[in-house]
Amino acid sequence: MRNYIIKRLLLVIPTLFVFTLMVFIVIRFIPGSVVDLIAAQLARVGVPPDRAAVAHNLGLDVPIYVQYGRWLGNLIMHGDLGNSLWRNTPVLEEILNRWPVTLELGLLGLIISQIIALPIGIFSALRQDTWGDYIGRSFAIMCIAVPGFWLATLVIVFPSIWWGYMAPIIYTPFTEDPIANLQMFIIPAVVLGMAMAGGTMRMTRTMMLEVLRQDYIRTAWAKGLRERAVIIRHALKNALIPVVTIIGGQVPIMIGGAVIIEQIFCLPGLGRLTIDAVMFRDYPLIIGIMLFFGVGLLFINLVVDLTYSFLDPRVHYK
Amino acid sequence: MPDSSSGEVAERKRHSFLVDAVIRLLKEKPLGTIGLVITLLLLFTGIFADFLAPYGMNEVDAGPSLLGPSPGFWLGTDNMGRDLLSRIIFGARISVIVGLSASAAATFLSVVIGILSGYISGKFDLLVQRFIDGWMCLPPLIILILIISVTGAGMWPIIIIMGIGGGIGSTRLIRSAVIAVRENVYVQAAVAIGCPTTRILTRHILPNIMAPIIILFSIQVPSMIMGEASLSFLGFGIPAPAPSWGGMLSGSARSYMFLAPWMAIWPGLALSTVVYGVNMFGDAVRDILDPRLRGGIGRYGIRAKKEVPRKK
Repeated sequence: MRNYIIKRLLLVIPTLFVFTLMVFIVIRFIPGSVVDLIAAQLARVGVPPDRAAVAHNLGLDVPIYVQYGRWLGNLIMHGDLGNSLWRNTPVLEEILNRWPVTLELGLLGLIISQIIALPIGIFSALRQDTWGDYIGRSFAIMCIAVPGFWLATLVIVFPSIWWGYMAPIIYTPFTEDPIANLQMFIIPAVVLGMAMAGGTMRMTRTMMLEVLRQDYIRTAWAKGLRERAVIIRHALKNALIPVVTIIGGQVPIMIGGAVIIEQIFCLPGLGRLTIDAVMFRDYPLIIGIMLFFGVGLLFINLVVDLTYSFLDPRVHYK
Repeated sequence: MPDSSSGEVAERKRHSFLVDAVIRLLKEKPLGTIGLVITLLLLFTGIFADFLAPYGMNEVDAGPSLLGPSPGFWLGTDNMGRDLLSRIIFGARISVIVGLSASAAATFLSVVIGILSGYISGKFDLLVQRFIDGWMCLPPLIILILIISVTGAGMWPIIIIMGIGGGIGSTRLIRSAVIAVRENVYVQAAVAIGCPTTRILTRHILPNIMAPIIILFSIQVPSMIMGEASLSFLGFGIPAPAPSWGGMLSGSARSYMFLAPWMAIWPGLALSTVVYGVNMFGDAVRDILDPRLRGGIGRYGIRAKKEVPRKK
């Protein structure tokens, strides 16, 4: 097991670094350099802009391979991702300030999606090709088909027209006031959860159908077990293995969803930070966020893979 | 007198594969049929948008601004007095073009990479797979936003970038199909008689992985339509005056959404219906093409007896 983990990390980490290098180069081609933006900003407040000085202060006056070398060196030697070009705060600090919001949104969304998906998926499989099944499957595809940004717009517009209700837009951390915090997060999380529920629901249904035809399920019935025991203990546990994979695969899509949802509901998370960083050409911040996401997803995928051996004793990693 | 079994076989061959598939779709997949109808409707609207739309897509002051749904303007007008129905009809054209071309590009790319990686295997496969592992570690929407901010927004950049992104992400499906096909005896036979590799790949492997290719394409179309809409919504997609459904939901629709909620309703409804329909159709196609998913005991028209008793 330990060897397996080490092997995977050794294989993926170099790839990640190749990607950071690519991102590092690619973002320099975004039209409108940050030096011009800052010089324009300085001119607006009446300071005579000196492009060379600005570039020198930001460390952008040296060739790009020197910049990458400095960045990589700082990262490896000090675990330092550099400073934001605009605010001059450490990138890591910016990310660590914002990521609890995205994490909370993602976790709540994940929980809600499972609450919606698993019961409907199981029900659909148990009543295959009945109207209940058709309605369940239609609902699953509807979850996939309805774009989160539209659903979000609707849940902002209609409650306010009908009942004059507005979702709170000032962010309160969970540690300060859990109830106010949840009030703010619950609607965005439901919107995000709906989008994820569709895929899980369909996967649960397919796998339950497959498992229910297995011999060991017939044995379980033959032993005279109750329906609940057969379905939950014998069928569901086996059906869930691929479902866990799909949850792992959904995380990147969830991050994309979070970018949109944070934008609509004014949540100060990583998604909004990303958009701002791209808009303002804050190169170190962009790289930092990409690396953060990359390492995070790498970790999640590893955890998902290791869950298999817990769910399915036949799986061993070497 | 010919025996009855051969007569039955002759009768079954009456239809071509395609006709047979359509008949099965209509007979056994009610949801798939609905999907087919929606898909055809989208294609029809997209192709004949010029004839169907009562006003031009950017015809400002076609009517009073922010008019609710009314005769003459069935879906109402937006803040610039443009007819929403016409804009949604023209938006269908954008969705058709983006959906089909981006999916075609993505499928082509996954087939090329998947076939090479699956057939050549060895070091090359290992390298390609690690590259894809790394790619999968980055959230797709954010990558798209980054690349589009470099290339600039517009319909063709989006098609190409989404095509490449989607193509890299889904090579695995093709690769695993190729690995399964590669082990067949007829491939070994082709190698033995000295077939060049290109011929093996195009004449022996490719025809035998058509089913996953079609499935992949059908999965891609709705996700590309949705992807374009999301990008346009965030302002990284097709720029403003063009009537992209995603773009119509952002900007002015969001500033006027309390005054004129119809501006925020119709484009989303159109988008949801289309993605729903294309998904349903794609699912039905997949069920028909993949014998393992046919349900029952694997043959059409014969349904398995309920194996799971409901109650004791």
